[in-house]
Amino acid sequence: MKDEMKGDIAARIAANPKYEKFVSLRSRYSIIMTILVMCVYYGYILLIAFNKEWLGTKLGAGMTTSIGIPMGVGVIVITIILTNIYVRRANTEFDELSAEIVKEANQ
Amino acid sequence: MMTKSMRNGLGLALGLLVAGAALAAGADLGQTTKQATNWVAIGMFGAFVTITLFITKWAAARTKSAADFYTAGGGITGFQNGLAIAGDYMSAASFLGISGLVFASGFDGLIFSIGWLVGWPVITFLMAERLRNLGKFTFADVAAYRFAQTPTRIFAACGSLVVVAFYMIAQMVGAGQLIKVLFGLEYQYAVMIVGVLMMMYVLFGGMTATTWVQIIKAIMLLTGATFMALAVLFQFGFNPEALFTKAVEIHSKHDAIMSPGALIKDPVSAISVGMALMFGTAGLPHILMRFFTVPSAKEARKSVGWATTWIGYFYILTFIIGFGAVVLLTQDPAAYYVDGDLAKGLKGGGNMAAIHLANAVGGNVFLGFISAVAFATILAVVSGLTLSGASAVSHDLYATVFMKGQADSDHELRVSKITTVCLGIVAVFLGIAFEKENVAYMVMLAFAIACSANFPVLFMSVLWKDCTTKGAVAGGFVGLISSLTLTVLSASVWEAVLKNPKGSALFPYSSPALFSMTAAFLTIYLVSKMDNSKQAQLERSLYPAQKVRSETGFGAASASGH
Repeated sequence: MKDEMKGDIAARIAANPKYEKFVSLRSRYSIIMTILVMCVYYGYILLIAFNKEWLGTKLGAGMTTSIGIPMGVGVIVITIILTNIYVRRANTEFDELSAEIVKEANQ
Repeated sequence: MMTKSMRNGLGLALGLLVAGAALAAGADLGQTTKQATNWVAIGMFGAFVTITLFITKWAAARTKSAADFYTAGGGITGFQNGLAIAGDYMSAASFLGISGLVFASGFDGLIFSIGWLVGWPVITFLMAERLRNLGKFTFADVAAYRFAQTPTRIFAACGSLVVVAFYMIAQMVGAGQLIKVLFGLEYQYAVMIVGVLMMMYVLFGGMTATTWVQIIKAIMLLTGATFMALAVLFQFGFNPEALFTKAVEIHSKHDAIMSPGALIKDPVSAISVGMALMFGTAGLPHILMRFFTVPSAKEARKSVGWATTWIGYFYILTFIIGFGAVVLLTQDPAAYYVDGDLAKGLKGGGNMAAIHLANAVGGNVFLGFISAVAFATILAVVSGLTLSGASAVSHDLYATVFMKGQADSDHELRVSKITTVCLGIVAVFLGIAFEKENVAYMVMLAFAIACSANFPVLFMSVLWKDCTTKGAVAGGFVGLISSLTLTVLSASVWEAVLKNPKGSALFPYSSPALFSMTAAFLTIYLVSKMDNSKQAQLERSLYPAQKVRSETGFGAASASGH
């Protein structure tokens, strides 16, 4: 494909109202996910910084495991899950939307 | 047997951790003593080297162009790349260092591993597909997409090489110490073997060989760690509560290992270190480069999905392994502790917990396997680093800045290979020069620079339409210099390395990231806003086209070069 043609199609993509909608939809989604991960992580870190005692509380009477341990493992698990949720949605729904917009510009 | 100097070294490393002065001290394997030659381990490692050299020979036949060298022709699948990223990221230091930290203080090891994981969702949500859509060989391709090539590339090459250098020194020194203790080889020879092997992989096999070395290592490490964790849990009927109860009973700190210790000191340090890890991962050149080895944005996302999964899973395993070591190693103190005395610590130092546990659950053969895994791990990480350093020189400096984009593929490839050899020699030299130095701060410094220099420039150039070359380059250098300066002025260098009196460090926090990253973003913003040159207007006018490509992948480099 020649550069001019490419530029032409790119301009048509940018002019498509669906494109702006798609970009803002996905951007909003990725920003929300980023904020979610940051809240989980910094929430845990600040809990450690400000309230070590509470994290050391036992899960139940007579138990050894403290609250902080399942919470910490939980942070790891949530991180993995959120990442994969994003990847799944981006690879199906968002990719379809974007392919559709590119296709429309090519017509 | 543990010498006095070694115990001091270890005490220093632990002291740093406790002071929270270097969250990354887990990346420092400390001073170690030479052990008896372990033939099983050497045999296993020999097998690994033989297999990887065959792969390198096969890869060499496929590495003809510069594109093959940098990106394996773009033909790696998302799943393979995910494993390779995991192999690139899970260093021997994080395996042995984190399990050693869990062994020493329980809960704190968990805080540590969480920090090393949270950068991955950030890369996934904000960077992965945009990088893949805009880039070709190096992250500078992305940063310089609509900017003046020369200044942007010079900055990006500086950012890459400085990060690679610090990361590399820490790895080489760790490698020498580790191999001395695992294989009973002299430090100098150990460092040279690492240097020669990594040079062979990268020189002949380029990205293809590097990728497969990383994949094989990731599989070996994940398999070995899974086996150890299962063997530990099996002894407690797969009930973590029973494992923790026994560990608390035996451990000298008793119930304190169930709650956070002294790792996180003040909230500012906690946030600052958190930022370095969270955004630094998205600025590591050897990690970013891996996104160009896959054919599409879809595969790039799959890569990070898998990488995050494997790395997170691995960190959960290291936690179990650390606790397993607390319990199981005390059952045979004579075999694992200095003079059989629990109070004197582990033979070979605190970072040997996972290695001794391998022996405890799987005997000498499994010990040999895990030792070989640790060696393979170092090779995989340093190969990735060398490759990204070589690309920064050959693609960014030589082909783009020096030859103005007119270099042909053969010349560029030759320059990459010459650079690989130079970097290999420099790495061995630095590894030997820093043998007795305290390198605990270096990995953390690499992360601080990556998050203060490389990440802001990438982020703003891709996502902010008004960003200009002047803004990006000025902000990038501000981030680079301020993170470097503040680290030197912090306790981990000023007191621990430069031997100034305790409490004299001018910068009181564990990481400069909070300040240096903010400074970089502010500088990029202000300088870009004030920049109204013709060039700036041109760059802004190019943004919409760049955005179409970064968001939709339209016009993105396909499986490059072929």
